[in-house]
Amino acid sequence: MKNENLYKYILGIADNSLILGQRMGELCGHGPSLETDIACTNISLDLFGQVRSFYQYAAKIAGDGKTEDDIAMLRKEREYVNVLLVEQPNTNFAYSIGRQFLFDVYHLLFLKELEKSKDLTLSAIATKSIKEVSYHQRFSSDWIKRLGDGTNESHQKIQSAIDDLWTYTDELFHQTGADKAMVKEGIGVNVTTLKDKYYHLVKNVLVESTLKTPESKYFQKGGKQGIHTEHLGYLLAELQYMQRAYPNMEW
Amino acid sequence: MGTKNWPLWEIFVRSKNGLEHRHFGSLHAADAEMAIENARDVYTRRNEGVSIWVVESKNITASNPEHNGEMFEPAQDKVYRHPTFYELPDEVKYM
Amino acid sequence: MSEEQIKNLEEQFEARIARDEKIEPKDWMPEKYRQTHIRQISQHAHSEVVGMLPEGNWITRAPSLRRKVALLAKIQDEAGHGLYLYSACETLGVSRDELYDQLHSGKAKYSSIFNYPTITWADMGAIGWLVDGAAIINQVPLCNTSFGPYARAMVRVCKEESFHQRQGYEIMIKLANGTPEQKDMAQDALNRWWWPSLMMLGPTDAESIHTEQSMKWKLKRKSNDDLRQQFIDQTVPQAHLIGLTIPDPDLKWNEEKGSYDFGPIDWDEFWQVVKGHGPCNKERMKARVEAWEEGEWVRDAAMAYAEKQKERKEKQAV
Repeated sequence: MKNENLYKYILGIADNSLILGQRMGELCGHGPSLETDIACTNISLDLFGQVRSFYQYAAKIAGDGKTEDDIAMLRKEREYVNVLLVEQPNTNFAYSIGRQFLFDVYHLLFLKELEKSKDLTLSAIATKSIKEVSYHQRFSSDWIKRLGDGTNESHQKIQSAIDDLWTYTDELFHQTGADKAMVKEGIGVNVTTLKDKYYHLVKNVLVESTLKTPESKYFQKGGKQGIHTEHLGYLLAELQYMQRAYPNMEW
Repeated sequence: MGTKNWPLWEIFVRSKNGLEHRHFGSLHAADAEMAIENARDVYTRRNEGVSIWVVESKNITASNPEHNGEMFEPAQDKVYRHPTFYELPDEVKYM
Repeated sequence: MSEEQIKNLEEQFEARIARDEKIEPKDWMPEKYRQTHIRQISQHAHSEVVGMLPEGNWITRAPSLRRKVALLAKIQDEAGHGLYLYSACETLGVSRDELYDQLHSGKAKYSSIFNYPTITWADMGAIGWLVDGAAIINQVPLCNTSFGPYARAMVRVCKEESFHQRQGYEIMIKLANGTPEQKDMAQDALNRWWWPSLMMLGPTDAESIHTEQSMKWKLKRKSNDDLRQQFIDQTVPQAHLIGLTIPDPDLKWNEEKGSYDFGPIDWDEFWQVVKGHGPCNKERMKARVEAWEEGEWVRDAAMAYAEKQKERKEKQAV
């Protein structure tokens, strides 16, 4: 592939939205209220919309006749390069919102930089996505506040979710080889520069929500290299089921 | 903690600038901020709006339909409030 | 109010409906009108919300991203429709929580069709095509029903649902034109969903208890049997068009009638499912009750937060 780094770089962005969209989609029909259910589905739909734009572009770059669905559904576990954060399960609503919030803050910072990319397609997708993700961040931040500063029970639940998910935040700022190559070309975002701002923004919301910012210095990584938590395999089993059970068919 | 239910809100949406806000329906939310967010997701998914108003339903005072006779019927025979009440010569085309 | 006064009011009320006037929530209405509407509208709302579950099964497994977003958007609409209908019902003085209680305790009914399992992807096609098709036939006339909030909710529902049936039929077209395995999958889904869809339009007129009053109040414009006939006549050609066979050996075009004759419906099965003994009644209720109970701490948190914020604002103002 001529543009292998660009291809890999796009997957690095889009896989996050794919896996997070899939997780949010699991909640549809099971939310704490009808209104919340509808809101979570909207987030899932936004993410899948972004995923499709990215994969369609990746497919074009690969130029090997593969489609967005081949990219989404026909890779092996080790070939998905999403961060570990987004694959964490919907243990309860606190985990779903905590995961969303910790990703949204990163996602928006990232997209605002990607908008400046020399690659016009990536820049255009970023521009469209920024509006969606700004709303996601507002939605998830509001819920962090409600849960954090709500009842004792909700405070404890969201605090443990944040504590547990914290270990996956550092990976957001790790650079892969493709990242570095793309930064050099003025296409990619240097994620290491987003880190301080990220923790600052996250902390502000946590403080306002009467939550403690976790102090742990131990972090998990590996997603960007395709080394995932055990949760991803099950998610992929569902995501890929049809394409695996009925190969080479159109739907 | 007891079950204190999210109150009901009435949702008004302006479809596009130049039009008035129109009553779209209602929904439940814990506070005004959430009511606006919920309204956005419930009532403007298909691009139906550019502005949203929310009012907690209990804050709306409505006229009593039992008084409709005295409230509204007296306006029925005041035909002189309408232009068709006035006679004009045929020659006057636009007025 | 004396009995005579009430009778007088009732006569005026019926006359208004006969003149096609709408009834609004604060208008005087006979208690029976209120109760019948609470029952029907809430049943309708429950059906939308429980109806999310069988399709929700396939969100994570949809075979392509295009199908996945369409399915998600469709199920999301169902949540929206449930919400519009609960709101319409609330104007009659009953809260959504009370209505949920009735659903969760098994007191309230919902459409029995959602107690059948969705076991293959083709079931997403069959549900959209047949179940939504039958639902639309039921719902369109309700846009002119006598109770204003219900009629307005239905206008919105019908407008939004126009894509649902197409979404399902398109899935079926693709399968029917696909590999033999895909075509079998489509036929199998049609075989399993055809009869439940016919039952969905309600018991035969002879067994239907509420019909006459409902006709007067425009809660119903046509009898169950007429609706069923309309559904069959419109659906059979759609099946033929994509090369699928309706699983009814007695199905035959009746030239004289200008419509299809069809075989006997297994009403025992219908009543079994209605009485709670369908294949998935228990699972559906369990999923709804769990979502509600597990969501309680979330709803409580939001209320507690809202109250704290309000107090803070009031303190600041002082």
